[in-house]
Amino acid sequence: MGIETDNKEIISSIRENAKLLLSENQVDVIIGYSEGTVPLSSTPIIIRKEEDVDKLIWNNLCYINLARYLAPLMPQLCDSEGNSLKIGIVAKGCVGRAVNLLAVEKQIDLDNIKMIGFNCNGIVNRSKIDLEIGEKEILDVSISGDDIIVKGHNWEKKFPYDQYINELCKVCQIKSPSATDANCIGECQELESIHDEFSDIAEFESKSADEKWAYIKDALQVCTLCYSCRQACPMCYCNLCFVDQNMPTWFGKTTQFTDIFTFHLIRAQHLAGRCVACGACSSVCPVGIDLNIITRKLEKIAKERFDYTSGLNAETIPPMMDFKMEDEEEFMLEED
Amino acid sequence: MTETVLEEKKIDEKWEPKIIAFLCNWCSYAGADLAGVSRIQYPPNIRIVRVPCSGRVNPYFIIKSLVDGWDGVVVSGCHPGDCHYISGNLVARRRFAILKELLEFFGIEPGRVNFMWASAAEGERFAVLIRKVTKIVKELGPNTKFQKEWC
Ligand code: SF4
Ligand code: SF4
Ligand code: SF4
Ligand code: FES
Repeated sequence: MGIETDNKEIISSIRENAKLLLSENQVDVIIGYSEGTVPLSSTPIIIRKEEDVDKLIWNNLCYINLARYLAPLMPQLCDSEGNSLKIGIVAKGCVGRAVNLLAVEKQIDLDNIKMIGFNCNGIVNRSKIDLEIGEKEILDVSISGDDIIVKGHNWEKKFPYDQYINELCKVCQIKSPSATDANCIGECQELESIHDEFSDIAEFESKSADEKWAYIKDALQVCTLCYSCRQACPMCYCNLCFVDQNMPTWFGKTTQFTDIFTFHLIRAQHLAGRCVACGACSSVCPVGIDLNIITRKLEKIAKERFDYTSGLNAETIPPMMDFKMEDEEEFMLEED
Repeated sequence: MTETVLEEKKIDEKWEPKIIAFLCNWCSYAGADLAGVSRIQYPPNIRIVRVPCSGRVNPYFIIKSLVDGWDGVVVSGCHPGDCHYISGNLVARRRFAILKELLEFFGIEPGRVNFMWASAAEGERFAVLIRKVTKIVKELGPNTKFQKEWC
């Protein structure tokens, strides 16, 4: 089979469903992926006409979480009075999760949204490829069989997909949107809960405090506080992010590691039980920081502490919007 | 440079931790008061900030305290079920649980940040727990991980 064939099948199903939705006037606009304008990327696109469906694509560089454009709703998706149009959204599993969670958090009205679901075959870890290529200029990226082929001036390099797939996609169990036929066309599933051992971060967790600190320090040190990770995150829709608050400022805008660390710590706190594990944050990081380990930890906390997986449906209240009298409190100080 | 200063600080026998305590107005703050008027001794290492409810304690406060150089943080509120605002402490408890897990995950000593319940009638318990917090933080030594590298 190979991912090349998979992608072709996914593309034809997306186009077919998109055409159907537009021709039956079920939606006014469709937001999806189109060919990237720079190599190793893809570009979001909004289409309104049936004849444009051929611009929609899918490949393993479609790392953006399209739910990002729903909250706050971008002007292109509103009518002249500022009300939401009927929107079709090309939805891999994690876009579906974000749509569900945005609905629970009352940021969007599911009545206006129709997902175009498909069974996602994962995205590549661009930073890993970028890092290996180094300074050389990339002119073209294509997918053939099971390999990502990267070309430049007089050189060509092959990256086997199974080695360069994003770590989050390796452990992902929600590959198509968890939704009902009422708000999804194409591939979807209704998931009640998922089973996850989180063995991928067990090793990290078993390290000593100093080892963990050294690892985190090494990983985050290069962060330039550009906030692209926040910008790309579908769940970071706050009007005034803590990053931009300055009365008081919550962390300094300096190159000190303390400030970098504080940013990541607080952002992690905000995304506990809300992160949908899409990996968009890591994919957009200009310095190639791998934030997946934080993402997985957030999922683990939500699952183990509150038996919750974000975005499985549009009803369950996420743990941080809720509380119970009998919550675990093993960390509270007690008299000896 | 910084490191040697801190090393010296650590072996310096006179070093005492500075701990910031966020106390709920309706219970722990009064508990601290009771400990005081009952002449129960507790270490002078804590500096108290009175808050209307443990639910008012945003995790930012805790993290910013560490960044600003406090060696330890303790938050104390009403026992579950006794919150003046009914559920402020229950909401707070979930936040604290997550903050504590994240700090540990990132390799910050869990003992830097502590949470406790103490009612207005529990002067004795307040003193005992504050002694415990002070001991924990003292054993950890100065808060170096959040230290800025210039001096
Ligand atoms: S934190 Fe990262 S992985 Fe989680 S929802 Fe946001 S962009 Fe996706
Ligand atoms: S980092 Fe926090 S405050 Fe900023 S947008 Fe994300 S959730 Fe909102
Ligand atoms: S995208 Fe990367 S460099 Fe920018 S703030 Fe996030 S982690 Fe730091
Ligand atoms: S009033 Fe004391 S914890 Fe809420």
